[in-house]
Amino acid sequence: MPEAALIQSPAVQGAPRLSPAAQQLQARLAATPRPRANATDAARTDALDRLGAQGLPGPRHEYWRYSDPAPFNTPAPDPIALDAAAGDPTLFADVDKLRLVFVDGHFDAAASDELSLAGVEIAPLSQADAQADHWVGDAYGALEKQGQSPVARPFAALNTAIATDGAVIRVTGRAAKPVQILYRRSDPAADVAIHHVLRLEEGADLTLLENGLVGARGNIVIEADLAPGAQLHHVAAHRAGVPRVSNIHLFGRVADGASLKSFALSVDGRHMRTESVIELLGDDAVAHVACAMLGDGTSVHQDDTVFITHTGLRGESRQVFKKVLKNGATGVFQGKILVRPGAQKTDGYQISQALLLDENSQFLAKPELEIYADDVKCSHGSTTGALDETALFYLRSRGVPRERAVVLLVLSFLADALEEVEDETLRAEIADRLEEWLTARAKG
Amino acid sequence: MLQINNLHVALEDEDKQILKGVTLTVPAGQVHAIMGPNGSGKSTLSYVLSGRGGYEVTEGQATLEGHDLLEMEPEERAAAGLFLAFQYPVEIPGVGNMTFLRTAVNAQRKVRGEAELSAGEFLKLVRERAKALDIDAEMLKRPVNVGFSGGEKKRNEILQMAMLEPRMCILDETDSGLDVDAMRLVAQGVNALRAPDRSFLVITHYQRLLDHIVPDVVHIMNDGRIVKSGGPELALEVEQNGYADILAEVADA
Repeated sequence: MPEAALIQSPAVQGAPRLSPAAQQLQARLAATPRPRANATDAARTDALDRLGAQGLPGPRHEYWRYSDPAPFNTPAPDPIALDAAAGDPTLFADVDKLRLVFVDGHFDAAASDELSLAGVEIAPLSQADAQADHWVGDAYGALEKQGQSPVARPFAALNTAIATDGAVIRVTGRAAKPVQILYRRSDPAADVAIHHVLRLEEGADLTLLENGLVGARGNIVIEADLAPGAQLHHVAAHRAGVPRVSNIHLFGRVADGASLKSFALSVDGRHMRTESVIELLGDDAVAHVACAMLGDGTSVHQDDTVFITHTGLRGESRQVFKKVLKNGATGVFQGKILVRPGAQKTDGYQISQALLLDENSQFLAKPELEIYADDVKCSHGSTTGALDETALFYLRSRGVPRERAVVLLVLSFLADALEEVEDETLRAEIADRLEEWLTARAKG
Repeated sequence: MLQINNLHVALEDEDKQILKGVTLTVPAGQVHAIMGPNGSGKSTLSYVLSGRGGYEVTEGQATLEGHDLLEMEPEERAAAGLFLAFQYPVEIPGVGNMTFLRTAVNAQRKVRGEAELSAGEFLKLVRERAKALDIDAEMLKRPVNVGFSGGEKKRNEILQMAMLEPRMCILDETDSGLDVDAMRLVAQGVNALRAPDRSFLVITHYQRLLDHIVPDVVHIMNDGRIVKSGGPELALEVEQNGYADILAEVADA
């Protein structure tokens, strides 16, 4: 990382000359100033210091080999017309849930439900932060900081420093219904940094839904700390055919017997990178991350970067990533399983597959295993392929028109990823959306 | 019903002629069987008629009730009334058998200008026809052919045939991999569909299937041509003496 080594902290008096990378960071920070904070103030200062030391990644950074960090580095995003799409407001519409709405990165109380739910304490970050002794002060940025090693994640540190709002959720029991985080836009040029902090106490159970459009550029961090026996089901749908730029981090820490399951539906992100950084700290912990992704067009670039660390005994991790690419879209998968010394009886599984619907699209995959325990089961696989002509012929020979047959086969390809959504109603709704999108895009 | 005239077919990727002048007519209401040694071109004939890619027709015609089959897309051939029961039915994970059947039935009805079946009508029909083939509700719910035994896959092919009600049914070695009971069940399913306005072309290696599905005409195919045609007794002759005798006799003639 030569560019990081050159960086001088902007605070240093009399720094003779800033490197281009440091200038870039300064410009980036100047464009999105740090909000006033109370409980999280120390964490933000710490994040800013760390970011100064790391610097923003350059194009030659190994961890950014397949995805150009430039769109995240620029001081401001390109504006995106608001009428481009409403951001799928009807998804999860029929699910009984508690809804939190964030508009351009700010909590909208009027559009949100009353923040009252049995077994759940919930507050917008902007309000929790105002109380100097709020528990979020200790939690905010803690998992993000831990997730910076062994690989730097500068945009997550940036988020911790500058996030304007988010959901602060503490779950003490079984949440009576899912909590939905819905993003909306009102400013075509909104550059949004939003930071959610989740604390699931012992035996707690929460389903977290996340959808909508964050901004012209979005930087989302979720920190999820799961106490023993807790269960988190996270279903995100970063959907809608809007050419947006977003960078998402999910940091998870999973204690004894706890389970974190995260599924994302991703459609047409112009420049989108999701990093999932999860440690199975306790024994018998479970972590599943999955994604069903559809990309249509040369402007689409979608990157899933996963880092699972097994520390406890008998941990089970699963990564299922399926990408459907056409008309020049690019899909990226970097997935790593790290098994620490002593994490015996680990069961790690990873599969990444791409279905290329034409010869112009590409899938770049880097699966990695790093194992320091001798009694573990770890497997990884990655495939890139075209539609199965035999299956296509089989369907057509029954009278199913070609376009419809392709839709069915794409759904068939994505089925394994969708299976990772445990709730049948949610799974069916996502499958329906996928089918609608595929049918609408079947031509060409 | 089905008319094939001097059909020549080569593999698209390599310079290899598979069919070298097949001529065959299957009148409405009749069952014709095609027998022949491995590599004689039987399966290729079924694929070319149903429109699978990878083959090039270099000469000849094939029509279904006067419509030029070779000009049509596979789904158009299906809507025109052609059905191929696959030798190796394809597994499609993640797509329910019912969804698949309903999509196929309604797609064909749409092309023919008929109203789509409602969910209720469809369900009633599929249950009734599945029952006759000993296909239970569980099998209908599962993804297409996934986890099906060989026999279940073949019965599922016949169920599709029963639901789609084609005019011209081609059965490509439907007996392969079937035990005696499964074969009887499949044959019963086929026989139940025999009708004056429906024809069958049964491709098989063995005479055994023809005990259950009795053909009107038996054709012997060798090296890309029909070399001999006759009544059901021709199948018995194959069973007793093998192909060698018949082929030698044809060569001498």
